[in-house]
Amino acid sequence: MDISTDYLGLKLASPIVPSAGPLSQDIKNIKLMEDSGAGAVVIYSIFEEQIEQEELEFYHHTTDNMENNAEALSYFPAISFFKTGPDEYLEHINKAKNAVSIPVIASLNGKSPGGWIEYAKKIEQAGADALELNIYRLATDVHKSGAEIEQSYIDIVKEVKNSIKIPVAVKIGPFFSSIACMASQLDKAGADGLVLFNRFYQPDIDLEKLEVVPNVLLSTPNAMRLPLRWIAIIYNRINADLAATSGIYTEKDVIKMIMAGAKVTQMLSCLLKFGISHISEVITQLKNWMEVNEYESLNQMRGSMSYKNVADPSQFERANYMKELNSYR
Amino acid sequence: MDRKKVTIDGNEAAAYVAYLTNEVIAIYPITPSSNMGEWCDAWAAVNKKNIWDEVPSVSELQSEGGASGSVHGALQNGALTTTFTASQGLLLMIPNMFKIAGELTSTVFHVSARSIAAQALSIFGDHSDVMSTRATGFAMLCSNSVQEVMDFALISQASTLEARVPFLHFFDGFRTSHEVMKIEQLNLDDVKAMIDENLVIAHRKRALSPDHPFIRGTAQNPDVYFQGRETVNKFYIDCPEIVQRQMDKFAKIVGRQYHLFDYYGEPDAERIIVMMGSGAEAAEETVDYLTLKKEKIGVVKVRLYRPFSIDHFINALPKTTKSIAILDRTKEPGASGEPLYLDIVNAISERYVSGTLPFSYPKIIGGRYGLSSKEFTPAMVKTVFDELKKDKPKNHFTVGIIEDVTNSSLEFDHSFSVEAEETFKGKFYGLGSDGTVGANKNSIKIIGEGTDYFSQGYFVYDSKKSGSTTTSHLRFGPKKIKSSYLIDKANFIACHQQVFLEKMDMLKDGIEGATFLLNTTVPKEEVWDSLPEKTQKDLIEKKMKLFVIDGYKVASEAGMGQRTNTIMQTCFFAISKIFPKEQAIELIKKSIKKTYGAKGDKIVQMNFNAVDQSLANLFEVKIPEKATSKLQFLPAVSGNAPEFVLDVTAKIIAGDGDLIPVSKMPIDGTYPSGTAQWEKRNIALEVPVFDSEVCIQCNKCVIVCPHASIRAKIYDEKLLANAPAAFKHTKFKAKDYGDNLAYTIQVAVEDCTGCGICIDVCPAKNKKETKLKAINMAPQLPLRDQERVNWDFFLSLPEVDRRKVTTSAIKDSQFLQPLFEFSGACSGCGETPYVKLVSQLFGDRMLVANATGCSSIYGGNLPTTPWSINNDGRGPAWSNSLFEDNAEFGLGYRLAIDNHNTHAKNLLKKFSAEIGEQLVDSLLNADQKNEAGIYEQREKVGLLKSKISGLLNTGANGKSDDLNHLLSLADYLVKKSVWIMGGDGWAYDIGYGGLDHVLASGKNVNVLVLDTEVYSNTGGQMSKSTPKGAVAKFAAGGKTMCKKDLGLMFMSYGNVYVAKVALGASDVQTVRAFIEAEAYDGPSLIIAYSHCIAHGIDMEKGLHDQKAAVDSGHWQLYRFNPDLTKEGKNPFKLESKGLKIPLKDYTYMETRYKMLVKSNPEVAEKLMEQAQQDVNVKWKQYEQLALAGKEEKQINNIKS
Repeated sequence: MDISTDYLGLKLASPIVPSAGPLSQDIKNIKLMEDSGAGAVVIYSIFEEQIEQEELEFYHHTTDNMENNAEALSYFPAISFFKTGPDEYLEHINKAKNAVSIPVIASLNGKSPGGWIEYAKKIEQAGADALELNIYRLATDVHKSGAEIEQSYIDIVKEVKNSIKIPVAVKIGPFFSSIACMASQLDKAGADGLVLFNRFYQPDIDLEKLEVVPNVLLSTPNAMRLPLRWIAIIYNRINADLAATSGIYTEKDVIKMIMAGAKVTQMLSCLLKFGISHISEVITQLKNWMEVNEYESLNQMRGSMSYKNVADPSQFERANYMKELNSYR
Repeated sequence: MDRKKVTIDGNEAAAYVAYLTNEVIAIYPITPSSNMGEWCDAWAAVNKKNIWDEVPSVSELQSEGGASGSVHGALQNGALTTTFTASQGLLLMIPNMFKIAGELTSTVFHVSARSIAAQALSIFGDHSDVMSTRATGFAMLCSNSVQEVMDFALISQASTLEARVPFLHFFDGFRTSHEVMKIEQLNLDDVKAMIDENLVIAHRKRALSPDHPFIRGTAQNPDVYFQGRETVNKFYIDCPEIVQRQMDKFAKIVGRQYHLFDYYGEPDAERIIVMMGSGAEAAEETVDYLTLKKEKIGVVKVRLYRPFSIDHFINALPKTTKSIAILDRTKEPGASGEPLYLDIVNAISERYVSGTLPFSYPKIIGGRYGLSSKEFTPAMVKTVFDELKKDKPKNHFTVGIIEDVTNSSLEFDHSFSVEAEETFKGKFYGLGSDGTVGANKNSIKIIGEGTDYFSQGYFVYDSKKSGSTTTSHLRFGPKKIKSSYLIDKANFIACHQQVFLEKMDMLKDGIEGATFLLNTTVPKEEVWDSLPEKTQKDLIEKKMKLFVIDGYKVASEAGMGQRTNTIMQTCFFAISKIFPKEQAIELIKKSIKKTYGAKGDKIVQMNFNAVDQSLANLFEVKIPEKATSKLQFLPAVSGNAPEFVLDVTAKIIAGDGDLIPVSKMPIDGTYPSGTAQWEKRNIALEVPVFDSEVCIQCNKCVIVCPHASIRAKIYDEKLLANAPAAFKHTKFKAKDYGDNLAYTIQVAVEDCTGCGICIDVCPAKNKKETKLKAINMAPQLPLRDQERVNWDFFLSLPEVDRRKVTTSAIKDSQFLQPLFEFSGACSGCGETPYVKLVSQLFGDRMLVANATGCSSIYGGNLPTTPWSINNDGRGPAWSNSLFEDNAEFGLGYRLAIDNHNTHAKNLLKKFSAEIGEQLVDSLLNADQKNEAGIYEQREKVGLLKSKISGLLNTGANGKSDDLNHLLSLADYLVKKSVWIMGGDGWAYDIGYGGLDHVLASGKNVNVLVLDTEVYSNTGGQMSKSTPKGAVAKFAAGGKTMCKKDLGLMFMSYGNVYVAKVALGASDVQTVRAFIEAEAYDGPSLIIAYSHCIAHGIDMEKGLHDQKAAVDSGHWQLYRFNPDLTKEGKNPFKLESKGLKIPLKDYTYMETRYKMLVKSNPEVAEKLMEQAQQDVNVKWKQYEQLALAGKEEKQINNIKS
């Protein structure tokens, strides 16, 4: 039974890849992921904006009240060495690399064009096996067209690809007029893989406090339908590898995604909910299913249910929706 | 040998040598010496080694007494040991100093000499403290400049090892300890060459050891103590020669030759000044100038003051000496002269008597100068030399002040100046928050390191912790700088804040042709019209140049907010042309990289951007020929202020305190209350504005305001008839106080610091636009005039009738007038809301004993005090004794008050017939548990007083003495509330022993601990309240021990009321605790979480930190009321609601914890894990305490 896969040119023992999230902040968890059978791990994202914000905040709080009063020229000891900026993250990559033998994929959310490149280079130097670009631009500017925003995605990918040698995956959201076209353009820009789809933070309103509040919800199994469809549609139409993420909980979800065309399936919500050892259960069940259903390898099933290979590809298109409506009536 | 040139201050210079040459360093913070300990702690945290390639052990103690004890112990165990201190700290070391000297132990104490608290505390420099240690047996070596501090630190260390006499190495607090100067740094080889390893080993061999035991520190009887004391004589006789030998050795190694007494002046001088300390530099500078004018003068700089070598002193004097003036920087009231004077008189007399005086008996006079860093200038030096010319010169004179009571002062010519013309002299006016001082320190370093120039920087701060003004004094030039005084003739003046224009006459010190650099938002074309008339006239008459820049705009565009420091620094370099433009920019950027590199690339880039944009925005403004402005400087205080405020306080506020004569000063340190209201500081750029339509009348904004500048009142609607047009009000919703009442929230915009904490706490939101609340920030300037009128009207409205107020209700309690207002505490201070609350609840009957610290500074540092007075003339009576004795000081209040009360009651009983039994009975048995009872008692006391006066007027039949006593004691029949306040440095550390004793006394005192978890006032040093995992000074590597549980310790007595409160977590619990504590007839302790700038937080969000501290379990809310025990109930009530969030979610809101994550993540993680465990355990412990009563009750129920 071969459940190995290749992704971004890396050889993975299994298709289960914990996606970027808080679990990977602890090296012990990364080790547990490997022990549970994860094929690779995507480390939590580093946010350029957050790093800048933290730097500014740190600077503000350690300097703003200096030289203000004859008795208290400062309020903190004169420590000359701090790990600022991405140092901590880079060290974490290094530690992760030393702790496990599975590929370690870093995740970057940049802010400025220079920032993407600078951080990508540092991540490469820190020893990451690959880099996942966590690109999101919430289009709040009423004067900025979709085309402009799409172009900025493409530019980032091109620039990063030109500056580093390790493979680059791009994690995108589903909010494009033409996802297939966007996927193709990112592919042409040099992306080695596409991760479908990023789930964005969706704020809520607290009626008690009349405040907008963060409301982080774990993805539910239903969420997998969206990437499932688009992986199936895109599969074999671009060169980049496809990674599925959102709502993948069980071995069946994994199988469906592979059949749609995914090289790997990324998991987070279910690991947060059931624990990291859930990976080994999924793998066991995956193997059982393959055995029962006489599949020899993932390669065998990959893309078998893609747009290209299913009997009725229109099921993945608009007609599908109409049919559903009709049947409901 | 080539030595590195460094630009550092005196404290760093001393610490540098002390660290290299010691194995154990015991420290405790006290201004201005704290920095020496801080440097050592920071170096130890990064494993910097001493000359034996070891990291010294740096330990903070609980007091200077403790530090000196540990020094003594370490010395007895053979370690080279040092400490740093000043002022009262040094006094606390005296007992151990006697021991250390008596046991002939080699050590050096480095002291930044500071005034001793007498009629007032002062943090500034003079020799009062070191002079108090003359009898200890310590040798005393005095440094006059930053270079000498480094040199003498080493010479004293080398000398003490050889002489076995311990050394006190001292230099002037602030003037030298904080002066930044380019000096030659001694290198490791220099230090090693000076320290004789054999002597180090000999020192170690004298250690206590069970391997070769002996005893030391015996008790001796009359038969031998005297002889024992005399055994040390030889060591003191030999010591001066040893020091001179070490000075000579130092000269051979380093090249700088010093002597025990260094003479400077004409070889055939007739008039001599003898002095020590930084003032001698100014004297030397004056001698340079006057000898060119053929004056036969000279100055003797005393280096080794103890042991005093008469031979060396006499040999230092020219044989032509005819008159000597001895200047002492200390005062010994009642003495026949100050110490140095007496030593010199004695030296001359002894030599005269023995016939070995090499000249005729000279005229000798002594005088005092420079107390508390009072300026000592060449003009004053000259007047002293001139005095020596007189036939009958004034003895026991003062110089530098106007002493018009006993007329001791010498007059001097303020315009006299000796400074070299080629020396650049610049004054820079900034705000503490704008980074001006930091930038100027960097500028001095850039100039010092980039040129061959001599350079000097000195920085003056006002006493406020919010909106404080700083003045930087920078000198540099090709000539050696000896000017140990402020610049009053500047060729460059920079105003870094536009607001100073209307307040300060900055150009008064400008010389002809000087440059004025102004940071202003006013366009360059309109700048001229924005200047006050006097400023325009100075610019024209002194032919000055004017440069302007909108630094605020440049800073904002570079992402630096209000921080204009690097922008103004760039402009300074551009205008002063010290370096070519490109080089200057390169050097500034290099300095930025060095200063901010550790804080992140973004910060560096931001500053680089600001530098690059500065020159493009710098413009020279052509000076018109005529002054056209009608603008005048704002008066320091309103003309309506009381006489004392107009005569004295206003002058201090205006910066003219030096001109106040002695006759105008209170004789015993007594000052009027309620003066902060006159000091309209106008420091807030934005202030809260009340929206009466949105307000839900909760008064939460009022309770949290740290500065009492937002107030609530309810009043009869009819009073609005006279209200100003813009006065805001609404109908009071509640009916508790009657019908037809209006409600107003009014802001004192001229007193507000703009912290925004009121906005943060406001729970009401505008239904149409939720970003708006019932109070919202708006620019202050457009509102200033309108709100000044509104504030005055608001004050004219009657205060609430205290008898009607349900004080335990938050809303109601905040109608009570605060009698603590407009303090100079930090904007958003976490302490002052508690202090203000006490003043609201009990202010009209309270006395405050205030430990030295933040609260004593914002409470009692001149020019004004926030402690205020109500319309009846009552208010808190406040005093500060010391840091260490505050609990005992407060207990003294209680003992006196109780004594007065008993005495009054006894006299009442004695005069029962004359006064009337009914009145006497009701006075003796009055119920004063509430406001109504107290009001009633006051009325009766008023009646009593009038009856006594009547009796005295109608003939008291020989009882007038007793009746007068009763009259003077009658007010003590009204309840008095004693409050002992201070920070955690006091309560947990230095004052803990006293606090323990006072709380154990059972006396009715209320202790309020304003717990910021660090020594805030001295700059954030670790206390025993500092939590595990937090970084603080003296805990640069993160505190590894738990915070002490002060509350639990005092609960163990059983009869002490204990409450732990956090206003941001529960205002209701806080107010209840204060009321209960005060009502409890016994000792009470309230520990109040006080967020602080030393935590590295957004102060406007301080209440969130408080809440998170409670939600995480770091800070527990509880009340322990012994009165409940009497009712058979569990006295302990746990009021926190459990561990709602992980500890990390609280701690990592604050820089003090995050700093360790950035400097040492592994240690941070370990300590935080432990701290979480500690919290869990502590919580269980408290739950058990809370359950105890319930379990007991259950058992009782089962039994019954």
